[in-house]
Amino acid sequence: MSGPLIEVEGLKKYFNLGKGNVLKAVNDISFSINEGETLGVVGESGCGKSTAGRTILRLYEPTAGSVRFNGTDIYKLSPGKMKAMRRDMQMIFQDPYASLNPRFTVTDIIGEALDIHNMAGSRKERKKRVEELLDMVGLNPDHATRYPHEFSGGQRQRIGIARALAVNPKFIICDEPISALDVSIQAQVVNLLQDLQKKLGLTYLFIAHDLSMVKHISNRVAVMYLGKVVELAESEELYANPMHPYTKTLLSAIPVPDPEVEASKPRILLNDTGSGPIHSAKDGAASGDIYNLDNSSLVEVTKGHWVAIPNS
Amino acid sequence: MESILEVKDLHVSFSVRGGEVKAVRGVNFTVGKGETVAIVGESGSGKSVTAQTIMRLIPSPPSKIKQGQVIFNGEDLLSKTNKQMEAIRGKDIGMIFQDPMTSLNPTIKVGKQITEGLIKHQNLSFAEAKTRGVEMLKLVGIKNAEARFNQYPHEFSGGMRQRVMIAIALACRPSLLIADEPTTALDVTIQAQIINVMKDMQERFGTSIIMITHDLGVVAGMADRVIVMYAGEVVETGTSMEIFKNPQHPYTRGLLRSLPRIDQRKDEPLVPIIGTPPDLIKPPVGCPFAARCDHAMKVCERIDPDPTHLSDTHMSRCWLQHPMAQEVQSS
Ligand SMILES: Nc1ncnc2c1ncn2[C@@H]1O[C@H](COP(=O)(O)OP(=O)(O)O)[C@@H](O)[C@H]1O
Ligand code: SF4
Ligand SMILES: [Mg+2]
Repeated sequence: MSGPLIEVEGLKKYFNLGKGNVLKAVNDISFSINEGETLGVVGESGCGKSTAGRTILRLYEPTAGSVRFNGTDIYKLSPGKMKAMRRDMQMIFQDPYASLNPRFTVTDIIGEALDIHNMAGSRKERKKRVEELLDMVGLNPDHATRYPHEFSGGQRQRIGIARALAVNPKFIICDEPISALDVSIQAQVVNLLQDLQKKLGLTYLFIAHDLSMVKHISNRVAVMYLGKVVELAESEELYANPMHPYTKTLLSAIPVPDPEVEASKPRILLNDTGSGPIHSAKDGAASGDIYNLDNSSLVEVTKGHWVAIPNS
Repeated sequence: MESILEVKDLHVSFSVRGGEVKAVRGVNFTVGKGETVAIVGESGSGKSVTAQTIMRLIPSPPSKIKQGQVIFNGEDLLSKTNKQMEAIRGKDIGMIFQDPMTSLNPTIKVGKQITEGLIKHQNLSFAEAKTRGVEMLKLVGIKNAEARFNQYPHEFSGGMRQRVMIAIALACRPSLLIADEPTTALDVTIQAQIINVMKDMQERFGTSIIMITHDLGVVAGMADRVIVMYAGEVVETGTSMEIFKNPQHPYTRGLLRSLPRIDQRKDEPLVPIIGTPPDLIKPPVGCPFAARCDHAMKVCERIDPDPTHLSDTHMSRCWLQHPMAQEVQSS
């Protein structure tokens, strides 16, 4: 692993809800991802994980902050330069079915990604590349003329991965790539992602709400809550020594597939967390901000272990 | 333990264009009084069809109950008229689904939805039903229950809606609660709360629970016994300890191996189960898991093994455990 490939600094993405209410989906997050590394992002629905991912790829324009890819601030790029940059930054989505055009064959779907970046070459080269990609993700190249509905959920996710890989990206954001899959299939896809990372030197941002899987696949993990990163550490360290109360709550809520471990767990009851990261015009605070995150800063408490601590 | 429900040799099919989907193929299990039984297995394995058949909620056509019995409190639900079933649903058997929005009526205040069953099944007056309804909302952890009683489902968050569903399902104190993926759409912290509510209610009312889920962590935290389904069949059953600590069927073992555990270091790569489940229009004649099984033998492809009973509570349907194949296993 070498230096940072991705540097996110002070990134904000707000959505205006009208009447002075602002949804601060991503509210000042900073982190970097080294080349060849997997950074996991966990948190509950609505905490801003996916918005962060999309803003980092500039699928959304940011409200503030910067994202540097190999040192270049992508928000400063012209549309043409941004398009070229997109080759290096790809995304894999949660619902493989919704993200694949049902009227396209697999060849069309993967070929389209090549066409956008003029990488298809001749018809024959295009076909060869598609077959090569299918083989790489463990699908039968003979199935290139089939349609998405002819594949199972796990196979569709492989098609989505092949499409992302078509343009030889360096960085892939995986947004809940296995959430829609059966347990027995999830491990197939996770192993594939890990193999490809080794083979191609890929860098991942892996977004998920399944903390067990995130821990398994990530070198470091960032925990998000109400648009903020509340804790960031190496994955073993985070799970062994969670420091932020929200991280602790989240970890204790994960059921472990072991009846003895479950039986020894205390029963926890948590409070309803309000309406999420919506800052109302009236008092300006997010209603669920029970940890006073608006007045906290991320502090490196031990080497590489960052925790949001209230400003004194 | 006295059983409250016995599902016997249940076969359910669907007519589709390509033929007949044999969704449930000879399912047998029992649920004891006050017991929590989990049904696990991948999507399409027949869990929901089994549950909906017990409730007789499954539309026919396209479904057809080909064979079997569902004995509830000594009576076969499959021979009841629709009218008789209506009296049982909600009163003796409650149900919660994955998505509360599909089962809550969005145009009716939640209070009315809770009291409906109480007035219909228990002949309570509206005032009595309201008292009981508010009390139920409080029991499932809804604050300001009196005020919330007059709100519409969309005014509740996902987790709160699922609590309302539990309140409705348990209002008439049914002896059996069927929960089909009740926490799958929820965040883990909310899931933990809902599970606690269900456990609380069970302790209070002695309800038996059938919990359908694909989350083995949830199973480990809730179930007394586990039923593992694959391709429309029950392939293994046992106590939670038997299934998690001593799984015998290669499918069950495969499922457990393919899971990362939050409480363990990640040195070992996950072991996935290769391939996908069979097409139930043409289910294999032999063991349905054979195409994905590392241990498959010649006999597996030809003959579907009978259940082998390993203890009073532990059953596995695999040739490896079959008495006739003991030599094979030890070699
Ligand atoms: N209305 C229907 N028409 C045709 N097939 C159906 C219908 N409902 C369920 N099935 C089929 O029955 C099988 C079992 O489904 P289901 O019980 O929903 O599985 P699970 O709940 O275990 O995911 C699947 O093959 C499914 O496609
Ligand atoms: S019967 Fe054969 S194929 Fe089926 S699970 Fe057992 S060993 Fe595997
Ligand atoms: Mg189901």
